[in-house]
Amino acid sequence: MVFPDGTEALRDVSFGVDKGEFVTIVGPSGCGKSTLLKIASGLLEPTSGQVHADRDQIGYVFQDPTLLDWRTARGNVELLAELHGVEAGERRRLAAEAIELVGLNGFEDHYPKSLSGGMRMRCSLARSLTLKPPVFLFDEPFGAVDEITREHLNEETQRLFRTEGFAGLFITHSISEAVFLSTRVLVMSARPGQIVAEFDIDFEYPRLPELRFDPLFAELCGQVSQNLRGSHA
Amino acid sequence: MTERNAIQGPGTVRSLSQRLLPPMILGSGFVGIWYFIAYGVLEPRRRFLLRPPHEVIQVGFLEWDNFSLILNSLWSSTKVAMMGLSIAILIGFMLAITMSQAKFAERAIFPFMVTLQAIPILAITPLIGFWFGTGQTSRVVVCVIISLFPILLNTLFGLQSADSGLHDLFTLHHANRITRMRKLMFPAALPAVFAGLRISAGLSVIGAIVGDFFFGKGDAGIGQLLRKHASQLAGEELLAAVIMSSALGVTVFLFFGWLQERSIGRWHETTTGAG
Ligand SMILES: Nc1ncnc2c1ncn2[C@@H]1O[C@H](COP(=O)(O)OP(=O)(O)OP(=O)(O)O)[C@@H](O)[C@H]1O
Ligand SMILES: [Mg+2]
Repeated sequence: MVFPDGTEALRDVSFGVDKGEFVTIVGPSGCGKSTLLKIASGLLEPTSGQVHADRDQIGYVFQDPTLLDWRTARGNVELLAELHGVEAGERRRLAAEAIELVGLNGFEDHYPKSLSGGMRMRCSLARSLTLKPPVFLFDEPFGAVDEITREHLNEETQRLFRTEGFAGLFITHSISEAVFLSTRVLVMSARPGQIVAEFDIDFEYPRLPELRFDPLFAELCGQVSQNLRGSHA
Repeated sequence: MTERNAIQGPGTVRSLSQRLLPPMILGSGFVGIWYFIAYGVLEPRRRFLLRPPHEVIQVGFLEWDNFSLILNSLWSSTKVAMMGLSIAILIGFMLAITMSQAKFAERAIFPFMVTLQAIPILAITPLIGFWFGTGQTSRVVVCVIISLFPILLNTLFGLQSADSGLHDLFTLHHANRITRMRKLMFPAALPAVFAGLRISAGLSVIGAIVGDFFFGKGDAGIGQLLRKHASQLAGEELLAAVIMSSALGVTVFLFFGWLQERSIGRWHETTTGAG
């Protein structure tokens, strides 16, 4: 992928994500991860190469919250169902469920200007949870929330992945988050981004929070970290 | 102690006095200078150039014949301003929406709008009179020309201000043009639209008075009155009419500030102080 200004963001990236797979990409900042998701979703046309994906209904959590300032948290969460023509009662129900899931209850009637940065991100997450998409793209969704909330949201994401069985493509800077969630972790190099390493994560689902203290978990994190370090050079 | 208590009184009273006190101080200073010029600087026989404040109030406001004349003229100018502003809003919205939908339209229309805005209104008043006569129509036309640009520019800017991430979101979920307009671009444009409205509303009052100054046929307004008083050297009435015209401008400005606060105050951080 080469941008009009000559920036080459991605080079020779090729991989697949099957239904029931949760693939996470880690890589240095600016290596083209967001660009990759935009290409995968069809928002950006790649300068070369192709994407094969079911794009009818894509769940996409952007790196920024991208909320509508003029809608309350509830109104924002209802937006996607509204765009897909879901009728009002059902919309309400879906929104309430998603808000509950991300722990925003009590703030339904707040406008984005009076939500904290982390709360806005959770609102954005809740928004994409209202649809049950077969393909789910996450662009560093938990970068702005605190550690404990993050772990909690990780567990929720995992639960959702197991119940919905979507094909997940997840971007993060956190190695432990990557290992905890994924069936596969891809490591990208600095720009132009290329995939330099691939790890299959074989832990059984459901993965319990305690898994994070498992020696094997720590070893995998170490390996990913080492590759990531190498990719910076 | 009592002074302290007074200062620490209920929040609203305190903030109200905090807001009102500075302009009141400046205002009295202004009246003071006015008196000083009228009595200290001007010799009695030249005092007609600036009548002292109490005489302006006496003659311009308290003599009902004079004041009712001012009110009548003001009302007919207000009508011109409202008509001009409504037309400017209508044209401004339509052009801005067209321009926001097609880059081609924006490129085509923009230079003409800038040109129109750059023409000094005084230079084209003869033409306007030539085409539209010297009555109501011409007054309204002047008003439209003067107040069109801010509303058009701000609306266009507002429509284009929606975050690109939000546009991506709408694209991803197959929203059509209308939905995108209704649920994303219009609401996103509102703060800028109100900013434009406030400027245009103020300008529409100026436009109505300027138009009236040049075109006096029919139901003449405050511009003709100013002209008449000036030619008769009627200083008190002239000043009273000027004060009332400014009052009209301020009222219009405050009204749109209030409307803005009511419509979008809940979700938008308003930065302007007035209203
Ligand atoms: N529209 C664009 N035009 C030109 N260059 C762009 C554009 N979008 C992104 N880039 C460049 O492409 C590179 C990759 O950007 P991208 O946003 O994909 O990085 P990222 O891996 O998501 O980084 P981060 O982890 O910081 O979010 C960057 O160097 C960026 O400057
Ligand atoms: Mg990114």
